[in-house]
Amino acid sequence: MSSVTARNPVVLVIDDEVQIRRLLRITLEANGYKVIETAGGKDGLVEAATRRPDIVILDLGLPDMEGVAVLKRLREWSRVPVVVLSVRDRDEDKIAALDAGADDYVAKPFSTPELLVRLRVALRHAQPAQEETVFQMGDLTVDLAGHQVAVKGCEVRLTATEYALLRLLVRHAGKVLTHRQILTEIWGPNAVEQTHYLRVYMARLREKIESVPSRPTLLLTEPGIGYRLVTQG
Amino acid sequence: MTQTDRPNPDELLADLHREEQRQGRGTLKVFLGMCAGVGKTYAMLEAAQKARREGRDVVIGYVETHGRRETDALTEGIEAIPRTPVVYHGVTLTEMNLDAVLARRAPLTVVDELAHTNAPGSRHPKRYQDVMELLDAGIDVYTTLNVQHIESRADTVREITGATVRETVPDTILAEAEIELVDLSPEDLRQRLAEGKVYVPERAEAAARNFLSEGNLIALREMALRLAAERVGQDVRDFMQAGKIAGPWKTGHRLMVAVGATPHSEQMVRWTRRLADSLGCTWIAAHVATSRILSEDEQTRLTRNLSLARTLGAEVRGTTDEDIVRGFLRIARGQNVTQIVVGTPSVPGPWILSGAGRKLQRLIREAGSIDVHVVRAEGGPEAGLRRLWRLPAEAAWSQYFKALAVVGAVTMLNEALASFIGARTVALIFLMTVVGLAMNLNRGPVYMAATVSALAWDYLFLPPPYTFHIGSVEDAVMFAMYFIVAMAMGHLISRIRAKERMDRRREEGATAMYLLTLELGDASTWEEIGRAIASNVNRAFKANAALLLPDTGGNLRGELTEKELAAAVWAYEHAQPAGRFTDTLPMSEAMYLPLHTAGSALGVLRLRWQQSMPPTIEQRTMLDGFQRHISLVVDRQRLREAKAQSQLMAESERLSHTLLNAVSHELRTPIAAIKTAASGWQPGLDPAIQNALLAEIREATERLSRLVANLLDMARLESGYVKPRLDWCDVNDIVNAALKRVGGELAQRDVSVRVPAAFPLVRADSRLIEQALVDLLLNAAMHTPAGTPVEVNAVVEEQQIAIAVADRGPGLTAEAMPRIFDKFYRAPGAAAGGTGLGLSIVKGFVEANGGNVRVSNRPAGGASFTILLPKLEQPNT
Repeated sequence: MSSVTARNPVVLVIDDEVQIRRLLRITLEANGYKVIETAGGKDGLVEAATRRPDIVILDLGLPDMEGVAVLKRLREWSRVPVVVLSVRDRDEDKIAALDAGADDYVAKPFSTPELLVRLRVALRHAQPAQEETVFQMGDLTVDLAGHQVAVKGCEVRLTATEYALLRLLVRHAGKVLTHRQILTEIWGPNAVEQTHYLRVYMARLREKIESVPSRPTLLLTEPGIGYRLVTQG
Repeated sequence: MTQTDRPNPDELLADLHREEQRQGRGTLKVFLGMCAGVGKTYAMLEAAQKARREGRDVVIGYVETHGRRETDALTEGIEAIPRTPVVYHGVTLTEMNLDAVLARRAPLTVVDELAHTNAPGSRHPKRYQDVMELLDAGIDVYTTLNVQHIESRADTVREITGATVRETVPDTILAEAEIELVDLSPEDLRQRLAEGKVYVPERAEAAARNFLSEGNLIALREMALRLAAERVGQDVRDFMQAGKIAGPWKTGHRLMVAVGATPHSEQMVRWTRRLADSLGCTWIAAHVATSRILSEDEQTRLTRNLSLARTLGAEVRGTTDEDIVRGFLRIARGQNVTQIVVGTPSVPGPWILSGAGRKLQRLIREAGSIDVHVVRAEGGPEAGLRRLWRLPAEAAWSQYFKALAVVGAVTMLNEALASFIGARTVALIFLMTVVGLAMNLNRGPVYMAATVSALAWDYLFLPPPYTFHIGSVEDAVMFAMYFIVAMAMGHLISRIRAKERMDRRREEGATAMYLLTLELGDASTWEEIGRAIASNVNRAFKANAALLLPDTGGNLRGELTEKELAAAVWAYEHAQPAGRFTDTLPMSEAMYLPLHTAGSALGVLRLRWQQSMPPTIEQRTMLDGFQRHISLVVDRQRLREAKAQSQLMAESERLSHTLLNAVSHELRTPIAAIKTAASGWQPGLDPAIQNALLAEIREATERLSRLVANLLDMARLESGYVKPRLDWCDVNDIVNAALKRVGGELAQRDVSVRVPAAFPLVRADSRLIEQALVDLLLNAAMHTPAGTPVEVNAVVEEQQIAIAVADRGPGLTAEAMPRIFDKFYRAPGAAAGGTGLGLSIVKGFVEANGGNVRVSNRPAGGASFTILLPKLEQPNT
């Protein structure tokens, strides 16, 4: 209700359930979005190409084609942010969607405020011009240009890997990064199975930047999927 | 009424049984003639036409009209089932298409020439077996038969005409048949022959000269008439008995024929059958196996004699005994036999002094109240000679050579020693040699060694040397003594050995049976049963065995070729052996033995023999035991499965009932709440009430989605779908994720979490453990008073990692403790709501991760549920 920009963002909803589409239209329009709906994946791709939405809400179980297939086709030519909304809550499905290029994943049943937050985060990421050099959240400050990390104003010394990990999370702040994505980025494609690296480095990172490391408030675990750095929203 | 006036209960029972069998079984009508050309086919077709005119559905399965015009004309109007061609050695023969006839299922089928032998490769070797199958299928059959083709008359026919009859039909098939005699006077027949109505002229002449001479015809006619008359007698007896008309009842005769490997045994079998027929009693064919190894020929003949007896309706019994007479008498007494039939050789001469003669006398003497028929065997001179001077079996020749060689060697040794030890000591060395040979060789070679060594001693050592002449009386006595002692020793020792061998064989049989019983007793699954059968059959018979069982549809399954499967299915459906070494589909690779108990077919035992000879009588007896025992085991296993199945059904019925009850309650409550709150909402309401209603809706949906999640988890566990994705996990992450999810439910409580610093990683599926923790936390929230604290403690134990959820509630009763993880179990007095699924899901998920769940009451009050996971070596980073 607050962060709507001057122009009302256009959201394309691809979902075969009429009731869900109706509900989304009500809540989204009440929050300042313009809504386009389609029931099928093929129509959805056509709408995405012709109407150029600012963001897409995609269901996975579509009658004409699989949601992940829609996502892959879409990613061939578009970088429009996609939030997957599905009853499928298995980790495999979430990871597959995120690895295929989804920006976020919300499982049905969902709460309206949560969906709105995820949409805002996804929209913000889609604006590359706004790349900030200094990230500030709670007690944590990360200066990407100066390679400096501070908690409550005190500088924190990080190893090269810890810093690389934090920088990756900061660059995608608010978005879920899958284990595979992080491992590939930091340790290389051969390390995608070595999830224990992540557990260990994430625990060390939390020791240094969280006030209560065992109850993290910044570096959140997305169970079974990956990690997310919290941003305001 | 005296004892003998009353109908014999056994016979009445048999009668009832026969009556039962007849129902649903087709009847056989045989048009019997004395020989070819009397007009059997004509009479049969006439009868068929008559039946057709009376409105019966008649088909021709097979009719051979030999191009006779009058006969051809009679086939008109009757549907003929096309014959099936069988190619054999490049010649195409046509046979009755049994399957087509069976499929057609006409109530009356005409099949000519009952004694016909089918072309090799047909299902049955003989046509009468095809006919039996038709009868079994409930089809009435008209057929034709010449008297010389009846098994028990084949002998007589040979005696009269000098022609050996090869195509024979067992008497048993006629036992149930209606016989219509087709009679023609010999003069008329010869007239017809001359007119060329029976054979083409050139063959007719030869036939008339040989087989169909006037004298033969008269004899054959008499046989046919007598057979028909006997049948009438039997019919009358049957009728009197079925009607319980008192009459001169037989006093339960039972015959036994002694069957050996000799050719005349065959005649004895036929003779006994005729006697049994005329006495109207049952009979058995008995065989006593001794330690003597039968030659291949003898083995084949014995098997043939016994199977002949079986086809003639005898019950076959076998035993093992070194003393044949004792063996036969044991069987006779055990079977309540009243009369024994034995054969004697027909060769003139002092046979009464021979071994056979002595045995016969003993048999007569020891038989006691059992009558003994001694029947003179009619045999050619060749057979007689064979009996007096039996050539040793091939394997025995080497023993003779061995004996000769040893005696030769010892003789040479003695030659060298004689000058030192003297001629008499030499005899002892010879004697020792004979004893040594007796321990290793059969009787014949030992006797020979005794004789040869006696002669060698006489010739070479007894003075005067190099003559057979013996100088002194002393030496003559020595020589005689030596001979007698050597023979006696040889005889005694080989008898002991033979007995030993036989005991061993009997023991082997008993052991094989015992091992089978033992191993099958231990087997509890079909795989184990199959393995036990295969290994035991292999050990006992050197044959590969496999169990073929019907599927749920009752069809026999097994990876077999079509032809093999046909044999297996036939054995299964007819409850009779089929395949190799049997009368049905003998060209098959394997033998198929039906497994059945009291009327119900269970499956088939497939045997692939490695031997090329048909199984011996001993093997058959043992196989029979195996077959019976395996049937029992298969039946037991089937019943056990059926019982387990029904228990399973009852259990799953109970569960689904509980599930329905629990779920319907749990689903309806939140739905009711949502419906009430949503319908009660209206714009003008007090904002506080509006918020309260919305809160109710939110809570109800939470509850609904939790229930659905629980049900889905349960379904995943039940279907075995839960396959944990094991990964290294941080226990802190898991605990935090779980606490976050139950934040609402635990909002009013003091939740303390203790996870020690640098806690080891666990290898588990984090989502499953997280879900388990969530369920434990919700369980604590639901079953403890509001406001009481909840603790989550992670501890490293010696071998495992423990994550405990502990509360300060009432704890668990002793009654609830062991059942707490059972599906749908709800502790007595538990708060309303909940399906009793949560804790069973916890257990399922944790166990899927290789861990387990522990429950205990805390010393200071409250319950503690602990998730235990294996502690593993930490990975390198």
